[in-house]
Amino acid sequence: MRKNLNVIAAYSIMMALIILVGIFQSWNIALSIFNLCLISAVMTMGANIQWGYAGLINFGIMGYTALGGLAAVLISVDPVQEAWSAGGFDILMSLWLIIAMVLIIRFILKRFNKSKIRTYSIAVIIISGILLIRFSAEPGIEAIEAVNPAKTGFLGGFGLPIIFSWIVGAFFAGGLAFIVGKVALGLRADYLAIATLLISEIVIAIIKHEDWLTRGVKNVIGLKRPAPYEVDLQTTDWFINLVEKFNSGKLELISNLSDRQATLNQLVIEGSSVFVKLCYSGLFLIVVIILLILTQKALYSPWGRMMRAIRDNEEAANAMGKNVVKQHLLIFILGSAIVGIAGAMLVTQDGLFTPGSYRPMRYTFLIWVMVIVGGSGNNFGAILGGFAVWFLWIESAPIALFLINFFTVGIPATNSLKVHLIESVPYFRFLMMGLGLLLIMRYRPKGILPEKIDIK
Amino acid sequence: MDFLNALILLLNYIFIPALTYGSQLALGAIFVTLIYGILRFANFATGDMMSFGTMVTILFTWYFQSLGISLGVLPTALLAIPFGIFFMILYMLSIDKFVFKYYRTNKSPPVQLAMVSIGVMFVTQAVVRIIIGPSDQRFFDGEKFIIKAREFKEITGFNEGLALKSTQVITVLVTIILVSLLFWFLNKTKTGKSMKAYSDNEDLALLSGIDPQKIVMITWIIAGILATIGGALYGLDKSFKPFTYFNNMLPIFAAAIVGGIGNPFGAFLGGYVIAFSEIFLTYAYKKFFMYILPESMEPESLVQLLSTDYKFAVSFSILVIVLLYRPSGIFKGKVL
Repeated sequence: MRKNLNVIAAYSIMMALIILVGIFQSWNIALSIFNLCLISAVMTMGANIQWGYAGLINFGIMGYTALGGLAAVLISVDPVQEAWSAGGFDILMSLWLIIAMVLIIRFILKRFNKSKIRTYSIAVIIISGILLIRFSAEPGIEAIEAVNPAKTGFLGGFGLPIIFSWIVGAFFAGGLAFIVGKVALGLRADYLAIATLLISEIVIAIIKHEDWLTRGVKNVIGLKRPAPYEVDLQTTDWFINLVEKFNSGKLELISNLSDRQATLNQLVIEGSSVFVKLCYSGLFLIVVIILLILTQKALYSPWGRMMRAIRDNEEAANAMGKNVVKQHLLIFILGSAIVGIAGAMLVTQDGLFTPGSYRPMRYTFLIWVMVIVGGSGNNFGAILGGFAVWFLWIESAPIALFLINFFTVGIPATNSLKVHLIESVPYFRFLMMGLGLLLIMRYRPKGILPEKIDIK
Repeated sequence: MDFLNALILLLNYIFIPALTYGSQLALGAIFVTLIYGILRFANFATGDMMSFGTMVTILFTWYFQSLGISLGVLPTALLAIPFGIFFMILYMLSIDKFVFKYYRTNKSPPVQLAMVSIGVMFVTQAVVRIIIGPSDQRFFDGEKFIIKAREFKEITGFNEGLALKSTQVITVLVTIILVSLLFWFLNKTKTGKSMKAYSDNEDLALLSGIDPQKIVMITWIIAGILATIGGALYGLDKSFKPFTYFNNMLPIFAAAIVGGIGNPFGAFLGGYVIAFSEIFLTYAYKKFFMYILPESMEPESLVQLLSTDYKFAVSFSILVIVLLYRPSGIFKGKVL
C-alpha cells in the first residue's frame, strides 16, 4: 500500500480537479473532459507500450487514430445499395488487382535472389499495377461519387452496431502497423520517428481524398450510437421519474405547479445529456480497465521482461537468442492496435467522422506529451499523463484568462495589449504544453509516475 | 510552334514553380541538416522556428510601411529580413542556452533531444500565435510580376503565356547567393572547416583544440539566417500562416533525408528533388499532349498521374523509398 501511495495521491488529485470543474463550471463539461481523458488514456497506453516497453518511437499515432475512426464509419453506416450497384464491381475488381499484385511481388521476392533485375522488375510491376488500378477503378469511383453526393456519395459500411468497430479499428490499425513495421522498423530511432510521421500524413491524405470510401472532407455525420439519444430520454417516463427523484428536494421548494413543471423540464434536458455522457464514460471505463489489466499482466510477465531487456540492450538480448526484429514488430502492432481502438472510440463518442480534423499537433505530439509527462514505461503513469495533459489542454484557456486578468488588473480593459492578449487566450495551451514538457524533461525525466520494476 | 508552346507550358506550370518551391525547401533542408550534423538531433521545431523568423520580418515590414519606407519595385520585406534574422538568432541562442545546452553537456541520446525539440516546437508555436495570430498574413508589396502572361503572349505571339513573378526571381537569386556563400564558408574558412571536423568526429575535433561553444553558436547563427530567409521567401511567394509553416516541416525533413542527412549539398539538391517530383507527378498533362500529339491521338482524360491532393504524399513516398533502399540518402558518405 505504501509504495502505491503516490499513485493513489496523483489519481485522487486528478479526480478532485474534474469534480471541481463539475461543481464550478458544469457537470456536462466535467463529463466530456472525463470521457476524452479516458480516450486519451487508451491512446497513451498504446504509445506507452511502444515507447515505454520497447523504446520504439512512433510518431504516426494520428494515422492509427484516423484508421480507427474509419473503422467506426465502415462498420456502423448502412450500405448504400445504389452506390454498390453503380460502382461496386469496379472497386472489387481493383481490390482483386491489388491482391494479385501483392501476391506476384511476394512470389518474385521468394523465388529470385536479390539482384538489380529483381528490384527493377518489382518497380515496373508496382507502377504498371498502379496505373492499371487507376484506369479500372476510375469509372467506378466516379459513378459512386455521383450517387446522391450531398448525402452519400460513398459505398457506406456494413450497418452493424458501432461497438464492433472498436475491435475492427484495432485490426485496421494493427494491419497498417504491420506494413509500416515491416518497412520502417529497421531504421534508427530518429529516422523511424520521421518516417512514421510522414506515413501517418499519407494515411490522412488518402482518407481525406478517397471520397468513395470515406466521403473525405464532406465528413460522415450522424453515426449510430451505443448510448440512448437525448431526445428519446426526455420523453421516457422512467428517466423523468429518475430526475424527479434526484432533485426532489429542489423541486419541493417550488410551490407553483407550472413553475415546478418548467424547472423539471429544464432539469430533464440537462440530465439527459449528462446521462448519455455517463453511458459513454461507463463503456470507456470498461475498455480502459480491461486494457490496464492486460498491459499490467504483460509488463510483469516473462514477455514483458524480455521486452525491457531488448529495450535496454538490444545486442545482449539478441545474443541471448531473442528475436529482436520479430518482437519489435509485434509490439509495434500491439501498440498501434490499441491506438486504433481509441480512434474508433473517439468517433463513436463524437458521432461524426471529420478527416480534416486529424492534425499531427493534436493526435501525435499531444499524445507524446502525455506519455512523457505521465511516465513512460509505467501504465498508471501513462494513463495519468493522458488525464492531466488533456485536462490542462481544455482548461488552459480559462486558466490563462484568469492569469492575464490577475496580472493586468491595474490596466484598463480597453488597453490594446490587454485586448490582444485576451483574444489570443486559446493559444496559451500550446505554451503550457511546451513548458510542461520542457520542465518535466529537465527536472523529472522519467515522468510524474516513473517506471518501477520490482522483481517478484 | 506547337512544340515551343508545349515547352513554354511546362516552363510556366512546372519548371518555374518547382524551382521556387525547391529553393524554399532547400534552405529549410540545409537548416535541418546543419542542426542534425553538428548538434546531432532531428529538430522538430524547424517549421515553427522558420515561422518565428518570418513573423519578426513581417512585423518590421509593417513598421517600415507605416513609416513610409519602401524599396520601390522590390518588396519592403527585403529590408526587414536582417532584423528578422537578428531576432531569430537571439531566440535560437537563448533557447539553446536554456534548453538544449543541458542535454548536450549531459550527452543525452539524440531521441531525448528530439523530444525536447517537440517542447520547443509547442512553445514557439504558442509565441507566434500569441503575437501575430493564426490567420493568413500577406506582406508582399512592390511590383508583383516581371513578365505577365498576357504581355508575353502579345510580345512573342505564342498561344501559351509565361508569367514570371518577382518573388520567384528573388527567391531563386537569394537562394543561389546564400547557398554559395554558405558552401564557401564551410569549405574555405577555418571556422567552416572546424565545423566539418566537429561534425565528423567530435572527440577528435575537441582534442585538436576546437572550441565546441563557438561551433554550436555559429551553427545556430547560420541556422537562424537560413530559417529566416527561407521562411520569409516562402511567405513572400505564397502567404504566411503558422500552421502551413508547421506542415512545411514535413517536406523539409523529406528533402534533408533524401539528400543524405548531415550533408548540406545533399539537402540543397534534396529540396529540388522533392519539389520537382511533387509537381511533376501531380501536374495534368492534357494540354501538353494536345500540343505534342497529332489531333487524332489527343487524350480525353486529364493525364494526371496523381491528383494534386496527394502532393505531400508524393514527397513522403519518395522519402520512404529512399529510406528503404539507401538509408543514408542519395548523396551518402561524409558528413557535413
